[in-house]
Amino acid sequence: MHPAPSVIVFTTFSGLGFGLLFWLGLGWPGVTGLSAFAFFTIAYLLAVGGLLASTFHLGHPERAWRAFSQWRTSWLSREGCAAVAALLVMAAYGAGLVFAGQRILWLGWLGAALSIATVFTTAMIYSQLRTVPRWRHWSTPALFLTLSLGGGALLAGQTRFALPLLVLAGLLQAWAWHDGDSRLRRSGTTLATATGLGQIGAVRSFAPPHTGTNYLLREMVHVVGRRHARRLRVIALVLGFALPVVLLLLPFAHWLAALAVLSHLAGVLALRWLFFAEAEHVVGLYYGAHQGQA
Amino acid sequence: MTALPPPSAVRLGLVIDLDTCVGCQACVISCKGWNTENYGAPLSDQDPYGAAPAGTFLNRVHSYEVQPPAAPAQIVHFPKSCLHCADAPCVTVCPTGASYKRAEDGIVLVNEDACIGCGLCAWACPYGAREMDAAAQVMKKCTLCVDRIYNAHLPEEDRVPACVRTCPSGARHFGDLGDPDSAVSRLVEARGGFDLMPEQATRPTNKYLPPRLRDHVEAPSVLAPYLTPVADTPKGFLGWLDRALGALPGGAE
Repeated sequence: MHPAPSVIVFTTFSGLGFGLLFWLGLGWPGVTGLSAFAFFTIAYLLAVGGLLASTFHLGHPERAWRAFSQWRTSWLSREGCAAVAALLVMAAYGAGLVFAGQRILWLGWLGAALSIATVFTTAMIYSQLRTVPRWRHWSTPALFLTLSLGGGALLAGQTRFALPLLVLAGLLQAWAWHDGDSRLRRSGTTLATATGLGQIGAVRSFAPPHTGTNYLLREMVHVVGRRHARRLRVIALVLGFALPVVLLLLPFAHWLAALAVLSHLAGVLALRWLFFAEAEHVVGLYYGAHQGQA
Repeated sequence: MTALPPPSAVRLGLVIDLDTCVGCQACVISCKGWNTENYGAPLSDQDPYGAAPAGTFLNRVHSYEVQPPAAPAQIVHFPKSCLHCADAPCVTVCPTGASYKRAEDGIVLVNEDACIGCGLCAWACPYGAREMDAAAQVMKKCTLCVDRIYNAHLPEEDRVPACVRTCPSGARHFGDLGDPDSAVSRLVEARGGFDLMPEQATRPTNKYLPPRLRDHVEAPSVLAPYLTPVADTPKGFLGWLDRALGALPGGAE
């Protein structure tokens, strides 16, 4: 799939923002007044900034309000509804903390549940697609959730949660790459089933429909060099997980914590780029792509 | 509403005969011609006369080479457009309700006024049947020429999709695949029509008819027995030359 910057920025930043809101909702850290204001500002900048970035991906952003209507069937619609609900509930909860110094327990828990539900719905947008076998797997929501919770705990300064979650997310990511590489092959969709001509013999793309490119090729048939991808995977694992974990284990200092956050952010941006760039859409088979794997 | 309607009795669709398709692209052109002037936003082109032309098409014809185990390879021209699936994944993923399947005849359409151009329906389609128009920024797809097939202003023979009307080799058939006695259903039955990517569980309405097996001639030609060489070894001057050259170093094979 085409790794569009707007979608990479959206999933990375809103994932972190809602992860932070989750921990704030649970009362870890139990902040009030100005420090609560600072935490909530960071969380809202990340979550809302990410959501705004996602609208740059739309052909008609002025009609985005319509996306709240189809929550019965559409994960994208559910995500929009969950995001707005989480932001509204957490705003009320945050206002209580900042202006009244009051922690409304149930409101925080509700906000935390809605925040993490938002991340789950984001993951399901991708995980629901049978057309992208690499995404259609339980590890997709599992990764989005552990990354969001781990990154959120890192931002919230909750080292005791951030450490195990980041280690878990790193291991899960490494395994998801390894397992994901063969999911297209294991899905059973090949050029033979795509054309139905497999019953006659071996099928090969002889000529594409047009000499030029098209929307399908630009959007869904993105091929990354294998060596390139392998290097980026190592960079993502080091920056996203290994370095932040080491920094968290060192004696606490604010600049070390900030460095851990920045390193984690860079790592997640890299792995999100790979998440899209490496995802093989079955429509590529019609154009002769992915033949090495199928 | 992006929830799929209950299965309709009438299921309009196409049957495409891969045996008779000659790959002339006439259906591609007639589709673009009709649909750029009628239903919804025009099908735009980008840089049409420049170095890198691209554009929106609702129907594209691929060509594949099929190599049977013990017969010469054959070329199969392969037209592909929306299959108007019974379990259309493009419909249920739509966040705005712009993408819908008609309850009365099963045609899958896009309400372009409600489309936000997020592209998720195109991601959900395994067949590449949906293309975002680069100029209008809304999703375009085959309408099964819904503005032709019910159009009382057209002569009756024209009330079929433009691609079917124009096909010079009779490779495209339009009809009700929900009716087991319709001409298209009987054609599918007789010729062993199949679904594309059945493992994707979309249950397409459109069916494809397989290419027939090519004739297999045992002897290369009926004249072959008369053309077999009469003399195995050359005689006379050629015979001497053959022996002389064979005597040279490296000449004997």
